[in-house]
Amino acid sequence: MTTTPAAPAAEPLSLNDRLARIAAGGAPKYHEAAARAGKLFVRERLRLLLDEGSFLEEGAFANCDAPDLPADGVVTGVGRIHGRTVCVMANDSTVKAGSWGSRTVEKILRIQETAIRLRVPMLYLVDSAGARITDQVEMFPGRRGAGRIFHNQVRMSGFVPQACLLFGPSAAGGAYIPAFCDVVVMVEGNASAYLGSPRMAEMVIGEKVSLEEMGGARMHCSVSGVGDVLVKTEPEAIEWLRRYLAFFPQNFDGIPGNVPAVPPKAGKEIADIIPRNQNQPFDMQQVIERLVDEGSWLEIKKLFAGELLTGLARIGGQPVGILANQSRVKGGVLFTDSSDKGARFITLCDAFNIPLLFLADVPGFMIGSAVERSGIIRHGAKFISAMASAQVPKISVIVRKAYGAGLYAMAGPAFEPDICLALPTAKIAVMGPEAAVNAVYANKIAELPEDQREAYVAEKRAEYERDIDLYRLASEMVIDGVVPPEHLRDELCARLAACRSRVTDDLPKRRPVTPV
Amino acid sequence: MSDVKAQMAGTVLEVLVTEGQAVEEGQDLVCLESMKMQMFLQAEQGGTVSAVKVGAGDFVNEGDTLIVLA
Repeated sequence: MTTTPAAPAAEPLSLNDRLARIAAGGAPKYHEAAARAGKLFVRERLRLLLDEGSFLEEGAFANCDAPDLPADGVVTGVGRIHGRTVCVMANDSTVKAGSWGSRTVEKILRIQETAIRLRVPMLYLVDSAGARITDQVEMFPGRRGAGRIFHNQVRMSGFVPQACLLFGPSAAGGAYIPAFCDVVVMVEGNASAYLGSPRMAEMVIGEKVSLEEMGGARMHCSVSGVGDVLVKTEPEAIEWLRRYLAFFPQNFDGIPGNVPAVPPKAGKEIADIIPRNQNQPFDMQQVIERLVDEGSWLEIKKLFAGELLTGLARIGGQPVGILANQSRVKGGVLFTDSSDKGARFITLCDAFNIPLLFLADVPGFMIGSAVERSGIIRHGAKFISAMASAQVPKISVIVRKAYGAGLYAMAGPAFEPDICLALPTAKIAVMGPEAAVNAVYANKIAELPEDQREAYVAEKRAEYERDIDLYRLASEMVIDGVVPPEHLRDELCARLAACRSRVTDDLPKRRPVTPV
Repeated sequence: MSDVKAQMAGTVLEVLVTEGQAVEEGQDLVCLESMKMQMFLQAEQGGTVSAVKVGAGDFVNEGDTLIVLA
């Protein structure tokens, strides 16, 4: 067999030249364009994210003979955050707009497999135009094609924490990376996620729409719910993720650590925050501030379905996931989006051993034809199902009203909370007195002469109020205790410590068939 | 021009402004009652009330325009 000698190559690149080319990323003009958009170079992002000097790169030489594809457009490796190991992939948008070729995909698969072997969090720093169509046969359909990334993500869900920082586009199939993460932080103005670009939407369905409107960060964080946290800058996104990870164990088997306790922020007493009139809104954020260690409250989905607040915090240094009804937004009534928000947050905490605290002030789930048509029953069922099946410690505090299925969603007594406490302002009932008297006595009221109706209704309401009196419920042991509001934080602190060893027996099954 | 819309379905309890009235940012415009909760809709910016689309006792759906500010 004869061989044809290869054409004499130009001067072969030295190892140092190759290393320099890999470290430099794409051409200078792409770096300049990124800088103008407020974007950091991928290696700078990793430097800010990881503990100093901790990054160990993998697969840096991928596609190293292609001069315009350093690292094949993605940097992957192992590093540390707060001294704990994490795995990370980070698209380099200066290299072919961060698009995926076959080696890009292989690198992402390998770092995911590393995260599985090491049982450590997997972080995705996404800034990618999507698949390289020219490479599609090698990177799209096969066993180790891009689909495998999502397959791995689904397998890893609940095994190790997975988080996404979205710094740029996350297009078409790539849009599923954030969708399969536990949490997604988006940088306003730069981050976007969409299945089809505005150009494609115009071509295929005839819709004219801007990228921001269709798939921008603000839209996703406030309307679609694909995003969890909206930030202004990349360093802010990175700092948020570092704070977030501090609440989590390395994997499902770990227990999140305590930190030294910090007193809560000083301010108005809880008793002065909650109005006497049950129908008058108040700011639940202020109640949370009185209960949690100052500076520890990390809200998730702040801009989405604001009638339910969800976030991580510390009480006496102990991590806790809080769900609280916010009467300032839509009266604190639960809607389809707030139901999804609650369900999702519960599964996040339950997956990683973070105890749950429910602060209830809820008039119930929304009623009316509009919400029935949008499936309020199945969305509410999703929330209740997530709460009921959660195996972490659950503490329920009835702050003010807890009516109807609202009581159920907020871990009412029937759902095996470790404890269900009430503030003296609590009111627990199938419905509020006004609605109840009307429901039961509507015919009787109509029969009465008009001048007697008001007195009759007032009498029946008073009767109803006596029937649902808080101390009657306490006496019947419906609730486990009534706590003076000024003692609530201390009580929660002690209760959280006491229920840490909770074990819940599940019935044998392959999996529950969950409402969606 | 900006439309002040209902956040959720409910009944108008009280309209607190009249057409032609000047309002400040954050001023309460309409009190809506839904699910036995009272909710005040506020002006997102200062301006003049150019139209009042609803009256006390009206049922409104989420997204319905209640007040137009100019």
